[in-house]
Amino acid sequence: MSDDIDGGPFVLDGERRALRALVRDHAAREWDEAALRAAIGPGARLDRDRWRRLGSELGVLGPDVPATWGGGGGGLPDTVLAAEELGAALAPVPYAGTVLAAWTLLASGDEEALAEHLPALCAGTSVYAVACTDARGAWMPPRPSVRAEGGAVTGTAAHVVGAPDADHLIVLAATGDGPSLFVADVGAPGLAVTPITSLDLTRPQATVVFDGTPARPVGTPGRAVCALSAAADRAVVAVAAEALGASARLLADTVRYAGTRMQFGRAIGSHQAVKHRCADVLTAVEQTRSVVYHAAWTADFGGDDPALTASLARTAAAATLTAAADAAVQIHGGMGFTWEHTAHLYFKRAHFDAVLWGGLASHRERIAALVLDVLEPAPA
Amino acid sequence: MPKPHELVAERTRRLVEEHPPGETPVRDFLAARFDAGLAWVRFPEGLGGLGLPHGLQPVSDAIVEAAGGPDPFALNPMGYGMAGPTLVAHGSPELRRRLLRPLYVCDDIWCQLFSEPGAGSDLAGLATRATRGADGAWTVDGRKVWTSKAHEARWALLLARTDPDVPKHAGLTYFVLDMRDPGVEVRPLRQMTGDADFNEVRLDGARIPDDHRLGPAGAGWRVAMTTLANERSAIGGGSTVRGAGPIAPALELWRDRPDLRTPVRRDRLVSLFARADALRLTGIRYAAAPSDYPNSPEGTLGKLVDAELNQDVLEFCVEMLGAEATAFPSYEPGGDPAADAARRADVRWRFLRSRANTIEGGTAEVLRNVLGERALGLPGDVRVDKDRPWRDVPRG
Repeated sequence: MSDDIDGGPFVLDGERRALRALVRDHAAREWDEAALRAAIGPGARLDRDRWRRLGSELGVLGPDVPATWGGGGGGLPDTVLAAEELGAALAPVPYAGTVLAAWTLLASGDEEALAEHLPALCAGTSVYAVACTDARGAWMPPRPSVRAEGGAVTGTAAHVVGAPDADHLIVLAATGDGPSLFVADVGAPGLAVTPITSLDLTRPQATVVFDGTPARPVGTPGRAVCALSAAADRAVVAVAAEALGASARLLADTVRYAGTRMQFGRAIGSHQAVKHRCADVLTAVEQTRSVVYHAAWTADFGGDDPALTASLARTAAAATLTAAADAAVQIHGGMGFTWEHTAHLYFKRAHFDAVLWGGLASHRERIAALVLDVLEPAPA
Repeated sequence: MPKPHELVAERTRRLVEEHPPGETPVRDFLAARFDAGLAWVRFPEGLGGLGLPHGLQPVSDAIVEAAGGPDPFALNPMGYGMAGPTLVAHGSPELRRRLLRPLYVCDDIWCQLFSEPGAGSDLAGLATRATRGADGAWTVDGRKVWTSKAHEARWALLLARTDPDVPKHAGLTYFVLDMRDPGVEVRPLRQMTGDADFNEVRLDGARIPDDHRLGPAGAGWRVAMTTLANERSAIGGGSTVRGAGPIAPALELWRDRPDLRTPVRRDRLVSLFARADALRLTGIRYAAAPSDYPNSPEGTLGKLVDAELNQDVLEFCVEMLGAEATAFPSYEPGGDPAADAARRADVRWRFLRSRANTIEGGTAEVLRNVLGERALGLPGDVRVDKDRPWRDVPRG
């Protein structure tokens, strides 16, 4: 481990390279194009066997979770490498939502809840989603539209990502002490999960209606926003890593196509109009990789402001995936617009990511607040 | 045995302790740094290095920068950034021994005689001729252009055509030219900013001894590739400090002129800042670890991003200044170094100067081709001159 720290964020040691290879092989084996298509068809559900293997065989579902609660250790840098590989394959699994749930639970500091939930989360035997939106889908609303009273929650959370496959929901609800966290079991009385067709078919979402649903409080009452924000600052780096992996994969696919597709007697990639567009995506991918790895590293080992680095990673990765997906659709020509080609799935992931968990505007605003608003003119 | 990075850090700390930059003449500090093997840590011992991985250079640079030490790239860019690495890769032991130390301590300023009026981005098309005489020495005739520092330089890296009967890349040879040779004439070239940083250099029977040739005759292109790769990474290296480098003028303007702040500009500046920080971190990442691509795009990519970002930042500054930006400090550089430094620090001057960034050291278009073809492996452009003898290729 000390060699890691010496190397800094950009030198992967043997263990990390091995972890990355493990997840890459898993994704390639389990989530080839046929499996991906089957997983996003009408009524398709999360493949529990494959998900469990991510937990039990690869041990990547509970980052930072101590071994006593079933975690395999590993922090944000490990999570980022796993997320990158799953993102490259566009694996239709709730990875980012799961690490958000794990970190939210950990940040609550509620040991009883941790002992109850984390082992199953880490093993992949139970699936968790975080319901912290209001009735219109706004992320972490200051006045939640779900209320808790007497051990039960009532209200609506819309656009809850991962809810269609979840066994347990971590719920943000208003209480007399302020916004607080609860865990509700799917299947409990008064809980309706209504899936909605998701723009990004690999990130299923649902509207969740609570009507006197029994729910167990987690952590200190009134401290939900604090726990969720801390968890989200780490989880958005995982989302950024998924986007980074997806961007790199799209670039590779697009370059391969541009190198073999002949038009006007030449491979289209020999034309500068196409070649330069690929070069621009390469540039964006390389820049994003630096920002994402740096964010992951400094979140765990210090040396930078984790709020700033998380927002920089989130915005850079989203812009890069959008650019990579635009280029992929365009360069593949008419094929790129068809359902048969995977480009549209990446394109939809890019635009879904842009609004996921509060969206990019909130991160741009935070960068402005942390970097620009603090600049004071030198005294005259 | 301390780990290599600890060794570099410890040696550098000792250097700045024994030769405090604030009290040590620049030349003396650079000499001490060279002798400590911290000039280029990847170079062999005795040649300003320690034979350590290139990735450890930033460890030393950061300590020197923090202590206020001189930046050799700013003082002798072609020397430090390009000539040094080329000499170590291709120079004879005698040339390296004789030229490297005075280069690093800035006794000798260097320039690079590559581009010509008829060969800029298509560098291998150059026409300057070098012919070998009976005594083995070379005579050079031709015209070079865009040569920074030629008016101050003692030595030049020269690429010349030695065989016009073979395709363009095969007929080039690489030399080190003494700028004091009577056959060298330097004429300043005035630019958009009013300054004459660049020069035209006329070579009229300039003489070069054969032991100032780098690499075999006819193999100059391969040597030039070393120089160009180092040129791009030197230009695109950026700063390791957040907020420094290309983004600095925009942040300074934002800080000093609250009256010009608007929400739209604030959002634009966020974008520029994010790009700048990504460039900065990429520079650090590339220095620390080789890239995942087989044909390293490092220098090319950094140079491209740095150039375009610099232009965008300065355009933002000019837009922010509004009417104030329509006045220019002066198109007449004066003789007073302090006044001229202030003139060159002005964002309006830098705005005009930045237009050169996407041309010098390889145009943005050529760099994108390099990335597309060498890093991504896309098929090459149509090249009509590829297999033809250089003398039969249309030029103009």
